[in-house]
Amino acid sequence: MTKKFNISVNHVTRVEGHGNIRLRASDGKVEHVEWQVPEAPRFFEAMVRGRSFEDIQTIVSRICGICSVTHSLAAIKGIEDAMGIKVSKQTDKLRILCHYGEQVESHSLHVGYLVAPDLLGQKSVIPLIESHPDVVKTVIRLHRLGNIWMEIIGGRMTHPITLKPGGFTAIPSEQKLLELKKAMEDAIPDVKILIEVLLSLVDKFPAFDRDTEYIALNHPDYYTFYHGDIASTDTDEKVPVHEFERVANEYVVPQSTAKWCKWHRDSYAVGALARFNQNAEKLMPMAAETAKQFGLTKGACNPYLNNVAQVVECVQVVEHGLQLIDELLTTGLKPEPVKVEPRAGEGVGCVEAPRGILFHRYEFDEKGLCTKANICIPTGQNHANIQKDFEALAPQIIDRPQDEIRLLLEMLVRSYDPCISCSTHFLDVEFV
Amino acid sequence: MSKLKVAFFDFACCEGCQLQVYNLEEEIIDLLELVEPVEWREAMSDQSDDYDVAIIEGSITRIEDEQRLKAIREKAQVLIALGACATTGGVNNLKNNFDMQDVKECVYGKDANMPHLDTYPTKAVNEVVKVDYMIPGCPINIKEFSYIVRCLALGKEPKIPDYAVCVECKMKENVCRFEYGEICLGPITRAGCDAKCPSSGMWCFGCRGFVDNPNVNAAKDVMAEYGKTHDDLRGKMLLFGSKQEFE
Repeated sequence: MTKKFNISVNHVTRVEGHGNIRLRASDGKVEHVEWQVPEAPRFFEAMVRGRSFEDIQTIVSRICGICSVTHSLAAIKGIEDAMGIKVSKQTDKLRILCHYGEQVESHSLHVGYLVAPDLLGQKSVIPLIESHPDVVKTVIRLHRLGNIWMEIIGGRMTHPITLKPGGFTAIPSEQKLLELKKAMEDAIPDVKILIEVLLSLVDKFPAFDRDTEYIALNHPDYYTFYHGDIASTDTDEKVPVHEFERVANEYVVPQSTAKWCKWHRDSYAVGALARFNQNAEKLMPMAAETAKQFGLTKGACNPYLNNVAQVVECVQVVEHGLQLIDELLTTGLKPEPVKVEPRAGEGVGCVEAPRGILFHRYEFDEKGLCTKANICIPTGQNHANIQKDFEALAPQIIDRPQDEIRLLLEMLVRSYDPCISCSTHFLDVEFV
Repeated sequence: MSKLKVAFFDFACCEGCQLQVYNLEEEIIDLLELVEPVEWREAMSDQSDDYDVAIIEGSITRIEDEQRLKAIREKAQVLIALGACATTGGVNNLKNNFDMQDVKECVYGKDANMPHLDTYPTKAVNEVVKVDYMIPGCPINIKEFSYIVRCLALGKEPKIPDYAVCVECKMKENVCRFEYGEICLGPITRAGCDAKCPSSGMWCFGCRGFVDNPNVNAAKDVMAEYGKTHDDLRGKMLLFGSKQEFE
């Protein structure tokens, strides 16, 4: 008997943006499996041309609602690099702190609202409000912490206002920083609840290892999201962010409106697991302990464990965030200058978005008008790796019921925490 | 009383306005007493063609999106445009200042003519279908979102502010951005954002679109008083309002 079936998921749900999954099987064999990205392209690199350096952050923040702080910071670093602008230690710390808020907001949203329903056998977080009210309320509190955090420093929870080339348009008062500190301390028990819940569910993640290349920022002294060089698990070479094009090697494929990337192999992965695999030994004590609880160690290559690495990072940024606030309060806060004299130049900004490493490159003329931009998005860098995971995973699970195959493929996509708006916008599964 | 069935649909945008809905935090649970989301791809796996209210996020930039939007309009009793991309075109309008072929080549180079990368000039939702209510802003104000959804669920007519951001800004006792030598779009932009940008040391870039009848003469007086020209203003208006014109 010939058994043929197709699976087709148009617009994978519970992800940011639009992506499709296509699978065709016959006689227990996978004939074709494909990850497609049909998101409407938005052409930011074209749109910023002719705009003043002062407006770039405001525009490119809108590439992505969920990584708007990251995009803002990458743009600002690129502008400062192009114009030779140095910033104060205070600005540096406040930016990193603001960025940590985005990690907490994004990771808690992803693990709590988008992934948890899969682990608890539901189609969305809404039925969990009845079945697991304490879990949902814990997630809500953590999510709100991330939002308060960004609002206090960035002026707004989505699309920050205060982050500008040269510094800040407004800085938080000491009172506000103390409020934030208290909110972070109060959140530690919630983080522990989330850890317990995930520990009890971690066996629901499929046992699927596939060795791949992991790429993330690396700093010799600390677990970095903001400073450092580009590093790969395939080589000891550290690549300055200025040379990101030779890492990303972007190319266009017919199944995607987002560009794909590869370096030493056919694909590579970025995101929380990549950062962990690059920097795990530099985690702070509580975060290191969290990784230990999950048995997560350097070299992990099960893509579903990206969700675990995200929880480890939530602990890391709260722990380091508290330290940064103490340092800022000890030094005392001073208003930051933002007056910048434009000059012609070219520069790169690189920052780790919650979902992986992000690169912005800009060129400006002598009036500070943008003449060229190139933006390389983390989810774009993951697309080829998702495809390669599909090709390895699908034959392993092809004997299972179709609903289960579909779910495992969707969960795989979700584990990357894709941001398809960013990479253009993506997700659908089609069993064709 | 049966709950109002609500479906979210997204087009070209950053999905930050849907994200703002998550940012209602516990209040979402209250809203779920009044409305039943039947489709919300960013949050739920469920899908449905049976809805009362369609909430549309994002701009329309492709023929296939236009067809999808028209099909949604036919099914929905009420259609809401959510956020700047949907209500005015938002930052996506910046694309319209260039030739489309040039835009494609700039981003995709030699691959620009691959058919799946095609695009046309950005349209707001109301340039394609009838829009019943607008929730403006980039991002939206979640309090305004919650208010409008509650009104619709309770059969009331929602009203959003039709006065300028300056009103809210003055109430916050901010120093006027023009005093800093900046150009601020507060005098002509629709309030309802709590003047968040000028309150954080930034000029208003007009993300909520203009009030229904902008007091152009007053805006001109302000510009003249601070020695700014019409072109200065137009340059700033381009950021979020490339298509909104006034003389």
